[in-house]
Amino acid sequence: MTDGSKYMATLNYLNNGHGLASWLLTKDHKRIALLYLISITGFFFLGGMFAFMIRLELLTPAGDLMTAETYNKMFTMHGVVMVFFFLIPSIPAVLGNFLIPIMIGAKDLAFPRLNLLSWYIYALGGIFTLVAALSGGVDTGWTFYTPYSTAAANGHVILAALGVFITGFSSILTGLNFIVTIHRMRAPGMTWFRLPLFVWSHYATSLIFILGTPVIAITVLLVAAERVFHFGIFDPALGGDPVLFQHLFWFYSHPAVYIMILPAMGVVSEIVQAFARKNIFGYSFVAFSSLAIGIIGFLVWGHHIFVAGQSVYAGMIFSILSFIVAIPSAIKVFNWTATIYRGSVSLESPMLYAFGFIGLFTIGGLTGLFLAAMGIDIHVHDTYFIVAHFHYIMVGGAIMGYLGGMHYWWPKITGKMYPEAWAKFAALLVFVGFNLTFFPQFLVGYLGMPRRYHMYPPEFQVFNVLSTAGATVLAVGYLLPMIYFTHSIFRGETAPANPWGAKGLEWEIPSPPPTENFAVTPIVTHGTHQYAPSKEVGVV
Amino acid sequence: MFTNFPLFPQQASAQAGQVDAIYFFMVAVTAFFSILIAGLVVFFAIKYRRRHRDEVGYAIHGSLALELLWTVIPFIIVMVMFAWGAKVFFELYRPPVGAMEIYVVGKQWMWKVQHMDGQREINELHVPVGRPVKLIMGSEDVLHSFYIPAFRVKADVIPGRYNHLWFTATKPGTYHLFCAEYCGTKHSGMVGNIIAMEPQAFQAWLGGGGASESPVAQGEKLFSDLSCNTCHMTGSQGRGPMLTNLFNKPVELQNGQSVIADEAYLRESIVNPQAKVVAGFQPIMPTFQGLVSEEQLLQLISYVKSLSTQGAAPAPAGTTAPQMPQASDRPVVEKK
Repeated sequence: MTDGSKYMATLNYLNNGHGLASWLLTKDHKRIALLYLISITGFFFLGGMFAFMIRLELLTPAGDLMTAETYNKMFTMHGVVMVFFFLIPSIPAVLGNFLIPIMIGAKDLAFPRLNLLSWYIYALGGIFTLVAALSGGVDTGWTFYTPYSTAAANGHVILAALGVFITGFSSILTGLNFIVTIHRMRAPGMTWFRLPLFVWSHYATSLIFILGTPVIAITVLLVAAERVFHFGIFDPALGGDPVLFQHLFWFYSHPAVYIMILPAMGVVSEIVQAFARKNIFGYSFVAFSSLAIGIIGFLVWGHHIFVAGQSVYAGMIFSILSFIVAIPSAIKVFNWTATIYRGSVSLESPMLYAFGFIGLFTIGGLTGLFLAAMGIDIHVHDTYFIVAHFHYIMVGGAIMGYLGGMHYWWPKITGKMYPEAWAKFAALLVFVGFNLTFFPQFLVGYLGMPRRYHMYPPEFQVFNVLSTAGATVLAVGYLLPMIYFTHSIFRGETAPANPWGAKGLEWEIPSPPPTENFAVTPIVTHGTHQYAPSKEVGVV
Repeated sequence: MFTNFPLFPQQASAQAGQVDAIYFFMVAVTAFFSILIAGLVVFFAIKYRRRHRDEVGYAIHGSLALELLWTVIPFIIVMVMFAWGAKVFFELYRPPVGAMEIYVVGKQWMWKVQHMDGQREINELHVPVGRPVKLIMGSEDVLHSFYIPAFRVKADVIPGRYNHLWFTATKPGTYHLFCAEYCGTKHSGMVGNIIAMEPQAFQAWLGGGGASESPVAQGEKLFSDLSCNTCHMTGSQGRGPMLTNLFNKPVELQNGQSVIADEAYLRESIVNPQAKVVAGFQPIMPTFQGLVSEEQLLQLISYVKSLSTQGAAPAPAGTTAPQMPQASDRPVVEKK
């Protein structure tokens, strides 16, 4: 054989083209996924540093480390960066971008150029936010509540708002791309009910991207307009209505929580099946629960406004809908648990993250019920109880899912194996550090410590010390994967095509995949994760 | 510093126990399901651990019966939570008729309080135990939120409108008052004390020095200083509607609708008179937005309220109103 064929055998998306231009002008969904990976990791670092500064300040009751204004900017930038520039794009833009075409047997997304444009839009929005952060910050809180944000706030509100506005278009285009791809690009035989659950959850996420993001875009634009031109939209001194802002803001930002958690649920569905070597229990219930969450999630925003003088009857509607949206999440948790029953369970690091997700998401979801119950919400609204609850969902849920997915698909993405012992250790640190950080916040929240407090009464200190200690452990848990992942790129063992013995189209192609994914378009004959010969079996 | 930290907030209002009861119920449900799920996951992971390299799981596709079971049971549980939570909320939301009224104005970064007898406070609120207290709250600038953890009550204080909050303190003592809605640089400094006192001690405090004129008297003075009385005359019909016996009565508007003349309507009619013009009158009243502060607005409104003879006038703090029964579904009508 000639050298040429040997070269052909190892040509993959990573070495097919060299130089900066081959990356920055790529239309390959896998390379774009890596562009996103690098940028969101940068934002994760930045947002994490803001969080760590917050935890350091709260070590003592007095406001002694930084001024109140600096502290307010820290939690604002932490929220803006983590929500809009890490959590929302994390799984969809990295893992979704990389995997959706492969999982459905396609060569790329439906609109490869639009996909690249999405990344550039994201990067532009990120630059606006970075400039706002570096040139003095913003102190509105990530929620930009009016009339503070339009009439009073310090700092670069407009720059930060424009950053959020611009990056929203990236979400919209990504959602559009995914929906068209899932409808039009499926390989022959890849019917809707053979789709991997990861794809279903991204379909639901994409619907929220398209339907919700325009509302937040309009809302932040109105904030900027009122701040600059003094239109009376939200500021009562100009004839506006401050609570109108809250309705508009949460109309997007509550569904945005499902943008963060649904893709993580998709990841967990894949991991649980792969590491229990068993197809999901109740496929259609898990698939449709994603859609149910996406749709009902649009009808619950008013539970953020129970104490803002909303009509009690409106409050009751929002309360009952907020309880109902918990049901599809519960269905997923029960089905994952049932999937492990009579599986062949192997506790490698992705499965540890998936288990961590199930446990932490269960607590996060159940504590969400406290906030849907109007009588309790009155007391815990705007306290650390809420902070703990949404970090259980966003960090305990979404980031655990993201890390689990990164560990599961890292061999596929890079063609390299990471050190499994280190990965298990990091998963343990993340789990312990997370709980130590956020569990005490439930207690101190019910005691009444309000959120966004620079100083606090001394009787709350012990909980804050525990929380800060936990944050330190958590930080180590997050740094470790960054180190061993990076190390594995250069020194890691070569990964086989299917290191886990998992089923799914992505495991049938080489690691890393060739640019065109499939030399021949696959013909699909059954659903994913069929390990045992299929037969109808009754349960219990 | 780590000794004597509480794990659970004090219960110092009639409502606190109700909130805590549903809280404990939900903690129990949360603990039960978290332990159930975690226990099952760990148990299955050990029991069905992979014993040799090529082992695969058993093919089970699902069970409609189980799906229905774990849809219906959680649904019933959350509906119980909903109904209970809504019931507690209604009780927290609806003040009993005859509650002692106190005005609160939030501004960056302090709480200003005015009692009906004229006592003023900053970042402190003295209340008697055993008597329902209703706070009528407005903001001079941005959003704030009046939060007393020991009473389990909170309400946002919103510029441009009134929000209210009510409680019955049950235990004398000093409790935290927090601003719970982020309001800018010194948000965490917008804190104070709620001082619940025995009724006699409260009377003594009310009668103590420093009491200025009552808000009604201040409002009456403003009413003539601002020349309101040139159009809104008391004895005969002027260019504006008469305000006698107006409060809490329906008002016919020019557009054919009708509104109840509550605090919110009176406030709007002062700062934005063109919004709801009374039937039969010309829209000639100028706006007083920016000319009167939030506190002056409250004084004007209390003066207008004092022009109504029956029921509407708030019970002044100095009189002893009958003890309001608690835990009723609807506002309690005062019996004399």
